[in-house]
Amino acid sequence: MGAVRSLMAAWVFIGGLALLGGAASGAQYGPGVTDTLIKIGNTNPYSGPASAYGAIGRAIAAYFAKVNDEGGINGRKIDFISLDDGYSPPRTVEQIRKLVEQDQVLLIFQSLGTPTNTAVHQYLNAKEVPQLFVATGASKWGQPKKFPWTMGWQPNYQSEAKIYARYILKNKPDGKIGILYQNDDYGKDYLQGFKAGLGDQAAKMIVAEQSYEVTDPTIDSQIISLKNSGADVFFDITTPKFAAQAIRKAADIGWKPLHFLNNVSNSVGSVLTPAGLDKSKGLITSLYEKDPTDPQWQDSPEYLAWINWMDKYNPDADKTDQFNVYAYNAAMTLVQVLKQCGDDLTRANVMHEAANLKDFELPMLLPGVVINTSPSDFYPIESMQLAKFDGEKWVLFGDVIDASKAK
Amino acid sequence: MPTGRALALAAVLIGAGALPMLLGDYRTFQLTLALVYAIAILGLNILTGYNGQVSLGHGAFYALGAYTAAIMITQGGVAYYWTLPVAGAVGFGAGFLFGFPALRLQGLYLALATFALAVATPQILKSSHLAAWTGGVQGIVILKPDPPAGLPLSADQWLYYVTLAVLAVLLIGAWNLLRGRSGRALEAIRDNPIAAAAMGIDLALYKTLTFGISAAYTSIAGALGAIVIQFVAPDSFTVFLSITLLVGLVVGGLASIPGAIFGGLFVELVPNLAEQISKAAPWAIYGAFLIAFMYVMPYGVWGLMRSLFQRLRRKSPATSRLRQVPAPAKNGRSKPWEPSDH
Amino acid sequence: MDLFLQQFLSGVAIGGVYALVALAVVMIYQASDHFNFAQGEMAMFSTYVAWWLIAAGWPYWAAFFATLAISFVGGVALERIVIRPVEQAPVLNQVVVFIGLLVIFNALAGWLFDYTIKPFPSPFPEQPLFGNRYIGSHELGVIALTLVLLVLVFAFLRLTPTGLAMRAAAENPTSARLVGIRVGWMLALGWGLAAAIGAVAGMMIAPIVFLEPNMMIGTLLYGFAGALLGGLDSPAGAVLGGILVGIAENLLGTYVVGPELKLTLALVLIVLVLLLRPNGLFGRRIVRHV
Repeated sequence: MGAVRSLMAAWVFIGGLALLGGAASGAQYGPGVTDTLIKIGNTNPYSGPASAYGAIGRAIAAYFAKVNDEGGINGRKIDFISLDDGYSPPRTVEQIRKLVEQDQVLLIFQSLGTPTNTAVHQYLNAKEVPQLFVATGASKWGQPKKFPWTMGWQPNYQSEAKIYARYILKNKPDGKIGILYQNDDYGKDYLQGFKAGLGDQAAKMIVAEQSYEVTDPTIDSQIISLKNSGADVFFDITTPKFAAQAIRKAADIGWKPLHFLNNVSNSVGSVLTPAGLDKSKGLITSLYEKDPTDPQWQDSPEYLAWINWMDKYNPDADKTDQFNVYAYNAAMTLVQVLKQCGDDLTRANVMHEAANLKDFELPMLLPGVVINTSPSDFYPIESMQLAKFDGEKWVLFGDVIDASKAK
Repeated sequence: MPTGRALALAAVLIGAGALPMLLGDYRTFQLTLALVYAIAILGLNILTGYNGQVSLGHGAFYALGAYTAAIMITQGGVAYYWTLPVAGAVGFGAGFLFGFPALRLQGLYLALATFALAVATPQILKSSHLAAWTGGVQGIVILKPDPPAGLPLSADQWLYYVTLAVLAVLLIGAWNLLRGRSGRALEAIRDNPIAAAAMGIDLALYKTLTFGISAAYTSIAGALGAIVIQFVAPDSFTVFLSITLLVGLVVGGLASIPGAIFGGLFVELVPNLAEQISKAAPWAIYGAFLIAFMYVMPYGVWGLMRSLFQRLRRKSPATSRLRQVPAPAKNGRSKPWEPSDH
Repeated sequence: MDLFLQQFLSGVAIGGVYALVALAVVMIYQASDHFNFAQGEMAMFSTYVAWWLIAAGWPYWAAFFATLAISFVGGVALERIVIRPVEQAPVLNQVVVFIGLLVIFNALAGWLFDYTIKPFPSPFPEQPLFGNRYIGSHELGVIALTLVLLVLVFAFLRLTPTGLAMRAAAENPTSARLVGIRVGWMLALGWGLAAAIGAVAGMMIAPIVFLEPNMMIGTLLYGFAGALLGGLDSPAGAVLGGILVGIAENLLGTYVVGPELKLTLALVLIVLVLLLRPNGLFGRRIVRHV
């Protein structure tokens, strides 16, 4: 027994030394972190009905590859483990549990989708794993009191819808509004925000609401019904493929409303060009990022840096696809958070630094749009600017609107 | 039951029981899901394997059970174990009702009618008419049940044992049902409905009851699945789920009870395996696996295992003398069958 | 009235596409007694082949016919290489193989051509016929093409010896062999033809819905429904069924339930029709003698 006891004492001593050593050097590591590596987990729909969004996961991996080539963050390279969940919540649960329990990642970054993130919302908060910068604009991701480990990133859908509502109330108060929305969480979130933005005018102004399923082949029938309702304002809550269809069909049947297009589908390259640039004239949307097809940015050093990155690390991807700018911006935000953590890479400190972004600018965000977080503000980006399509590019107008102020 | 078989069964049970202790929580969770799918596939097998009614819509019954459990737990405050029998009853009712129109449809037409049901399921779940109960597009979040106080088990391990127990009970139930007269009646209806009717079997009654029982099994699986995943949403129950159940059925082995377990393991574990093989196109690998399985094991995994056992038994001279007459496989077929148009 | 006409014609327009898919499905069924679940994905893949040829500079019609030829050969090869080993196996085994093919084609298309939507050209003029606002020229072209294909398929199956041989091989392989028909190759021929028809369907639908790997998934269901409604034995029934499904879906969505439940209602209707006429509107009643 004496031998065992001395052995145990030796271990305690060594363990104590290690702790002291660690404390002395200031390096605190959560799971998935070593002196040279940070493991980051992610789920994306690389297959299934939402597979177009898989481009985001690929672009993020490409950005981290660039960061790694340049030495990593404070000397640590990023091991980005991105798994396919096919946009199916049970699969997301599985993959997230694998990342957390098997791969032991430090945090979950930019998981995509509202139902998919909802499925793991409680789990990640219970396990105290950061669910950071989720790739969805649903408004429920910014609740620091109830869910201190979850944070959104992009301007949330309800705020965006309120911006459109306010514009309509100001510039077309007698308008008759028709709405087309995707029958899921994303669509309904926008719808809710829009109605809230119209306030008591909603019932009077909205003359038609049409929905569609992601599995529907076309939405031609819905567009016909909307035109027939007499609406002269159109709020278009559709994902890229259906947005292109809606723009084209509306033009084809001679319907020319004041057409608001949601931010998710305003990519010139992947939506407006297939729909027809001349048919897209007059569309209004709100932007917070630079559109890669916009000539006004194309001589700037920031754009050239982006193009260089695309050419070198993401060559197979579509240079006109807005997703590649989105992913670039989001990945940069995480890099900033990790930089701010220094050597204190515990999960708690990651959340602490994520809630500590002050007027953080990114090269591919619109001028005037900055990232701000605080322990009570878990909505990093809340500013957007309205833009109108002139047949070639989105032309910004008005001021940058800070949705958090215009509650 | 012969001693050899009893011993083998005991070994399997002990092995299954020991697994959560050896594996971590995540693997236990995966295995629990595999068992859940096994129950669902068992249900499908009763209908399609033994009774010949092809259903491509069992995902709908799975969803029904899942939502029943979710609504009972979150809105009714009912303990999770009571949701299982209720889900079973609801599933039985729905399946039985569906069985009536199914009587008129044969073969491919029935398959496609059930396929239509599977496709319509997410839309029905999202409908605003039901949203007060179903949570609409947002879905319902369920809290994980804790193991009873005092047991040194994690929540995942406890759920595994619960699922294993339910599976065992349902397996025994199915085995009992299918080896007796009812089982023979079901298979007779599958193989030759006209002869079966001529023999006095009430086709309508048996077929609708079978539909009901099959749906009940799958609904119970759905309820368990909801509790394990802790979340239900319309996107969780697309037509792909129904197709997955069918795949599990065939890969495991048509008209075989143990086959359901292999089927469940396949549909749960092989997609992950495929993802490890190829990040770029994992589903292409999965499809290749499917085709390969069909080439190599036309009677499913259980069919392959059974033929291996038979070959082993034949090699042993003692048994080959005793077993002169080739025993008709109790839980399977000795020749290929078709769910022909009947 | 205007709305009704618009929705009706829009339904006819999309119904034309469903009819094409239904025709391909019936083709395979006539040739092999099976439903090919991978039909939609094969059609989508063929469309990508056409897109790739056009992007490489080929003129539309050259790419069109080249794709038809490639799809035909591909379908034949697929049957001989992949389906043949399970030809004698139980039906459900074949279904699983079809599902495997479905998944493989979808994943391959996504991997090779990525998931962003691509516009696909239409061979028909941009301007609507007579400047009408109800139905575009492309949609009219689709319907015309469907009818032409229908006539060709009908003529082939009913009026040519090969067509007769194919139907015989499907209905009664044993007897067919006794008469000297190469059953295996008849099957392969059926697959080739179905693949070609599917390719036409894909190339006709892509201009409407935009080309992407998941393009056919929604359409396939409606194509199946149309084939069922019309009766799996009848190509003409399939075409009519497809158009009816398109019209029903549109009109139901506009006047009866709204888009939220129109898919459900359309399917309920189809199932109801099947209950009344279990072999579809135009299918033949199969009487089984003991």
